[in-house]
Amino acid sequence: MAFSLRISRLISRSFSSTSLLSRGGSGYLGSGHCKYSTAAATEEEPIKPSVQVEHTQLLIDGKFVDAASGKTFPTLDPRTGEVIANVAEGKSEDVDRAVAAARKAFDHGPWPKMTAYERQRILLRIADLVEKHNDEIAALETWDNGKPYEQSSKIEIPMLVRLIRYYAGWADKIHGLTVPADGPYHVQTLHEPIGVAGQIIPWNFPLLMFGWKVGPALACGNTIVIKTAEQTPLSALYVAQLFHEAGLPPGVLNVVSGFGPTAGAALASHMEVDKLAFTGSTDTGKVVLELAAKSNLKPVTLELGGKSPFIVCEDADVDQAVELAHFALFFNQGQCCCAGSRTFVHESVYDEFVEKAKARALKRVVGDPFKGGIEQGPQIDSEQFEKILRYIRSGVENGATLETGGDRLGNKGFYIQPTVFSNVKDGMPIAKEEIFGPVQTILKFKDLGEVVQRANNSRYGLAAGIFTQNIDTANSLTRALRVGTVWTNCFDTFDAAIPFGGYKMSGQGREKGEYSLKNYLQVKAVVTSLKNPAWL
Amino acid sequence: MAGVSNGHDGSSFKMPSIKFTKLFINGQFVHSISGKEFETIDPRTEEVITKVAEGAKEDIDVAVKAARVAFDYGPWPRMPGAERGRIMMKWAELIEQHVEEIAALDAINAGKLYHILKGGEIPGAARTIRYYAGAADKIHGEVLKAGREFHAYTLMEPIGVVGLIIPWNFPSIMFVGKVAPALAAGCTIVLKPAEQTPLSALFYAHLAKQAGIPDGVLNVVPGFGSTAGAAICSHMDIDKVSFTGSTEVGREVMRAAANSNLKPVSLELGGKSPLLVFDDADVDTAAQIALLGVIFNKGEICVAGSRVFVQEGIYDEFEKKLVEKAKAWVVGDPFDPKVQQGPQVNKKQFEKILSYIEHGKREGATLLTGGKRIGNKGYYIEPTIFSNVKEDMQVVQDEIFGPVMVLKKFKTIEEAITSANNTKYGLASGIVTKNLDIANTVSRSIRAGIVWINCYFAFGDDIPYGGYKMSGFGRDFGLEALHKYLQVKSVVTPIYNSPWL
Repeated sequence: MAFSLRISRLISRSFSSTSLLSRGGSGYLGSGHCKYSTAAATEEEPIKPSVQVEHTQLLIDGKFVDAASGKTFPTLDPRTGEVIANVAEGKSEDVDRAVAAARKAFDHGPWPKMTAYERQRILLRIADLVEKHNDEIAALETWDNGKPYEQSSKIEIPMLVRLIRYYAGWADKIHGLTVPADGPYHVQTLHEPIGVAGQIIPWNFPLLMFGWKVGPALACGNTIVIKTAEQTPLSALYVAQLFHEAGLPPGVLNVVSGFGPTAGAALASHMEVDKLAFTGSTDTGKVVLELAAKSNLKPVTLELGGKSPFIVCEDADVDQAVELAHFALFFNQGQCCCAGSRTFVHESVYDEFVEKAKARALKRVVGDPFKGGIEQGPQIDSEQFEKILRYIRSGVENGATLETGGDRLGNKGFYIQPTVFSNVKDGMPIAKEEIFGPVQTILKFKDLGEVVQRANNSRYGLAAGIFTQNIDTANSLTRALRVGTVWTNCFDTFDAAIPFGGYKMSGQGREKGEYSLKNYLQVKAVVTSLKNPAWL
Repeated sequence: MAGVSNGHDGSSFKMPSIKFTKLFINGQFVHSISGKEFETIDPRTEEVITKVAEGAKEDIDVAVKAARVAFDYGPWPRMPGAERGRIMMKWAELIEQHVEEIAALDAINAGKLYHILKGGEIPGAARTIRYYAGAADKIHGEVLKAGREFHAYTLMEPIGVVGLIIPWNFPSIMFVGKVAPALAAGCTIVLKPAEQTPLSALFYAHLAKQAGIPDGVLNVVPGFGSTAGAAICSHMDIDKVSFTGSTEVGREVMRAAANSNLKPVSLELGGKSPLLVFDDADVDTAAQIALLGVIFNKGEICVAGSRVFVQEGIYDEFEKKLVEKAKAWVVGDPFDPKVQQGPQVNKKQFEKILSYIEHGKREGATLLTGGKRIGNKGYYIEPTIFSNVKEDMQVVQDEIFGPVMVLKKFKTIEEAITSANNTKYGLASGIVTKNLDIANTVSRSIRAGIVWINCYFAFGDDIPYGGYKMSGFGRDFGLEALHKYLQVKSVVTPIYNSPWL
């Protein structure tokens, strides 16, 4: 109990507004840490992670194997751009092997045939084992991704454990219905596992995305081929090995590292894959959906991009609003699909808000993510790094006011200064497109009707934040915003039970919670004619 | 009757010392206020196992106060469901580590078969706790269609302090079947185990504390129905009572609830459950199901299939096989792994069963086999089958709660359904047939809370069961049971300019 209390406290410290705010934003500033403007943190030698890279091969049918081609690709340390390890590069042929293993495990293996209680027990053992290796896994995650180690070790890996336990508890509670009929029929629905699930996950939360995908799929009795992001292949291989140690039968979970156009496309267009779940960019999501349509019409779940509004109403306590808006955007180096990347502020508090948002960004502690007290590490890779800097330049060119930041930090690795723009207009690219970096754009609004209209004027619809104490304002905005999640006076609250997903071009389907089970179940209606039924 | 062996003959098991004999209140084992104790008896030998503190009204008051404080101010209902689930998971693990010790307690206290307890019931108790642990973070209310410009939703709130009263026939399964869903819901508990079988409940309470269930959340008060039980039912500070026991006592429970604070009650009471065997059945399988259906746990099971109706085409063959199987049934010391049936729980039950058997004979039913006690020590009774019964006979109408079956012939489905429903009870039922239409028609026609088709006693954590008619109301097990311990609160507030309603 002590342990789980500790975790929940830590999560609430970073994820809930109140405890963040009570620290006035300075809680992370320990002595010896440098603010981004000095850049000193990035000029020191990078801290050596306390973990070895043990697994770099593909995990197929319970065994680590080389790619059929023998090829490998380097995975890089975002702090330096240097190679951490060379990883087997899965391609179409490897995906075929993995799907064959998953197919066999589904069609003939014990996994879907064992009792739900046994599946639950294995998932619980997996959770225990992941929990036991929390720190090594977190180190691997931070090394490969660049996110603060404290975030990996105290929030994300415990959240993965929590998620696995949550879905373990679902395994023996998957209910079909008995259904009323218009005549003498007995009708019931069987909720059957859908089969072989293909899953493609991104690099921004490598293991959380892994958990969101495999947790419900396994609880329902499916088998899986998962392709990790080429930027972050390491942690999933480590964790998948633990899944097998805990008793997951071979072939149930296959992990293929590789690139989208080769391995990802092979999975999306595979004729023997019964279901596809993808998290990534909207552009790639379109391709995935098209490949599914062109091949075997497999159902697809998509969790794509966003440009989520964070709306600060006129009654807001500005200090608290600034802190939460800052967290909503800058968390995870701004690399969140649901980042509150359009900060709409009511005109009555706008000036004060901008000034304080700038001050908060200036205080943000950027540096080596393995260092204690660090709030922001490097961006994931040079491509993202360059893209973000391009957007910053476009913001300046389009006449937005650069309040702070705007450049890289140091001269090694992919660090970017926390950046704040004010006077942003709706039509500017920085207000319309997903930047996926530490760039806050602040927009001014006058009344609720206007902000609803502007907030919804986006091709995206993933999430929104509302900051108000007024119940009518909160309720009106909640219903009017066309987004999959509304956070009121909080942001990025990602409990296992809360469904997540997008409206519009932010995707389709929902992950987490009971809703995610639907992604991995077929519904079979069973209708039997009745003779002399006592009632209908 | 093969292998009759009462006494300690079959036991190579080292009896555990009895560690817990006091009341468990607010996280402590305490004496009863009166200082009184009662004897708990080993039904194999009729000897005293130990003395147990006897809780009465004033002890219930203290326990309720502890539960009240734990609910109103304590951490249990206030922690996230996931955390409650983690603690319950830990509890399940501790139970698994003590399976043999707990199994021995139930065996000596209730005369139950040790190997079935060890291999089935006690691990099953851990499994049930895990089931509800996994449900603790999945208690969903709903967001409603208000019909006008209102936003409305339901909150599923823990109901509060619950009083649980459980019987002696399945001390462990009944304990977790009520405690686990109540804990998952966030309630606090005052539980009275049966006076015949208080030992395992106290052990579970001890392990619950070790697992981290906060003080005051689970209180266990051994005692008698007329004192401790009655105090629970009429307590003004208990928000809900769930009772499993006889129909007569169920009536008293409900009356006491009505006379006090109108607390909602759920009752799982007696039964006289029918098993219908149709002409197309495999006779051997059917006879096996029928015998087990009445004889399992010495017939001390509320869902026992104690009325067996067999279609005329296979009746004679069925009767013959059934009697053969009954005669081969092994009665004896429950610690002997070869034994299939132990002693009845106590002298009162033992004598009641024998008097029903005598009454059946006097009423003119044919005694096909059994009918007598075995040996002269312990409460052992032969598996007993009556045929040529009439539906108004007492042995057909009353719950005997022992290894006594009544067997009757029928001609048509309609007749079978009428006979099956000709009872004040409606707890369980069984059908043996290969015919889909018969199975479906009879399933919908029998007025009982569970229908087993080509099986019997197929219980599961996810499978709710409970009674129709005078077998009670409310359901144990499954997510249905969780809802017994939840209040539904609707929350409604106006909304303005909603783009949809």
